[in-house]
Amino acid sequence: MFDAPKTDTKLVEVRDLKMHFPIYTGVFRRHTGDVKAVDGVSFDIYEGETLGLVGESGCGKSTCGRAVLRLYDITDGSVKIDGTEIGRTPQGALRGKRPTMQMVFQDPQASLNPRMTVQAIIQEPLDEHTSLSKEEKREKVLALMDQVGLNRKFAGRYPHAFSGGQRQRIGIARALALNPKFIVCDEPIAALDVSIQAQVVNLLEDLQQEFGLTYLFISHDLSMVRHIATRVAVMYLGKIVELAPREALYAAPLHPYTKALLSAVPEPDPDLHDTMERTILTGDVPSPSNPPKGCNFCTRCPAVMDICKRQEPEYREVLPGQFVACHHYNDITDADAIRAASEAQ
Amino acid sequence: MPDGAQPVLEVQDLKTVFKVRGGEVHAVNNVSFDLKAGELLGVVGESGSGKSVTMMSLLGLLPSPPADVRGGTVTFEGQDLLQIKPDKLRAVRGGQIGFVFQDPMTSLNPVYNVGMQIMEPLRKHMGLGKRDAVRRATELLELVGIPDAERRLKDYPHQFSGGMRQRVMIAIALACDPKVLIADEPTTALDVTIQAQILELMKDLQERLGMAVIWITHDLGVVAGIADRVLVMYGGQIVEQAPTRELFKNPQHPYTRALLKTVPSVRGAREDRLAIIEGQPPILGAQPSACPFRDRCDVAFDRCAAENPPRFDVGAGHDAACFYDANTGAPRNV
Repeated sequence: MFDAPKTDTKLVEVRDLKMHFPIYTGVFRRHTGDVKAVDGVSFDIYEGETLGLVGESGCGKSTCGRAVLRLYDITDGSVKIDGTEIGRTPQGALRGKRPTMQMVFQDPQASLNPRMTVQAIIQEPLDEHTSLSKEEKREKVLALMDQVGLNRKFAGRYPHAFSGGQRQRIGIARALALNPKFIVCDEPIAALDVSIQAQVVNLLEDLQQEFGLTYLFISHDLSMVRHIATRVAVMYLGKIVELAPREALYAAPLHPYTKALLSAVPEPDPDLHDTMERTILTGDVPSPSNPPKGCNFCTRCPAVMDICKRQEPEYREVLPGQFVACHHYNDITDADAIRAASEAQ
Repeated sequence: MPDGAQPVLEVQDLKTVFKVRGGEVHAVNNVSFDLKAGELLGVVGESGSGKSVTMMSLLGLLPSPPADVRGGTVTFEGQDLLQIKPDKLRAVRGGQIGFVFQDPMTSLNPVYNVGMQIMEPLRKHMGLGKRDAVRRATELLELVGIPDAERRLKDYPHQFSGGMRQRVMIAIALACDPKVLIADEPTTALDVTIQAQILELMKDLQERLGMAVIWITHDLGVVAGIADRVLVMYGGQIVEQAPTRELFKNPQHPYTRALLKTVPSVRGAREDRLAIIEGQPPILGAQPSACPFRDRCDVAFDRCAAENPPRFDVGAGHDAACFYDANTGAPRNV
């Protein structure tokens, strides 16, 4: 990205967000536990930037994105978007706020109604939230189709007549219809082929520049996130373990999980592949309904210490703009000591 | 890779067509390749490029209709797999040629325990008795790195995580000491950290067991790390073939070159803008009489629309199906 005109205005402020899903068991459907999908995450998104949210499946990144838009009634925490607190707002009262915050979904097949034409799909937000005339709406839809690179002639067609990449463009046009400020992109390219992924990512970047959009870009694809994001947050088992500006995160990751995650990405260059150091994690991600005591990552961490199994690490800013939750950086504040602690792992 | 090793599997001019409403889809067009003993052959391509259909055709795994394997020969152990009787083919499949499918969730039977599913090929193909089969199944689970193997034989697929399930699939495929293992996107459904575990396991197993492996994937990164040689498929045909290092250093086909540019890296230089390949992959309603990539190609010229290019040898065991010579920057004189 063109490291967009980033401002210092916080558009989204999330504090200690929790989204727990209750588990009911037995004949009496007793509440016996919770799936702690998102368990206390805090981050800000500045106006005009793209915050990448990465992690493996089941880490809670999608739930986090949906909770920020209040597609769920959150368990706890606060979400402030564009200066308004929406964490506790009832769903009905949120409707007026919806136009500023939109979402692009992962699966363009499932998120478009197969019985509606493209025109009707893109127009639906306009029907719900504006009082434009029929003619104005039609014009707006066609303009949106131009903007996302869809041929106007196809406005009367149904989603099945489009390829995966084009369907994702329809989803993007729908999200843009109400001139939002903030868009959550939930794995928008995961279902697409590599040669089509780049087309959609470039489109998202162009739209961001043109309309000054702010994105929360959720993905498991670390290389794509490196391309599109201004800052990157890494999630593991419902918590953010590290959040840093893109360059810092990819060049000098601090958290052992970030390091392992980056080293696991296959490198499309055999020479680099042979020379790089790899950390291969053993085991699987624990269940979010029964996370381990202490640090969530302690069961797989290659640099685990005793304290990690007893006490949860504090999520704090160790270097300017670089947050990490790891006991290896306890009580260290100067940059050199942090680098040494990172290498010592 | 042992140079000049005997091919264990030879495919010549394979053609597969699907009959669909209102016509045909030519999914595989004149695909020829061989697989040498002990080699790991990567097959890359996007969805619809024909990579899976090619491998399924070899083993008669496609339901017919709609699929119709129209021609070609597949030589394995001196016999043509496309001609032999179904019961003989069944003995090859799962016996001498193992198959690992993409999605470990749907390819294991949820109502049988894992032990039964590993023992099935052992009893069918190798005629082992119950006790021997249990012993061998335990060994296999240990081989693929599942702890507490003996107890876990009694577990059902839902009791395993995704990565563990894929290990079980690999154990089943390896059950009868296959000469050839075909793995169809075995890590696509898995997370990167789990994918790294499986890749490591496969490389280790291949070295220890000395089998030949065909690894189908859409991920160039996976191929770079694991394969000895690579086939690149597009529009139902092989557009480029080369040893891995050669392919990444010196890609010849415009599709391969474009593909390498569209994939961002987590380590190399970061581009401000991603290179893109305009347009969509083709759907082939007929046997292609022109280059299937020409509409998306930036060096296409008249001849590309008139003829379908054959694979030109460019040296170093490398060939590319393109009329344009990437080294001289001009059309080939052939």
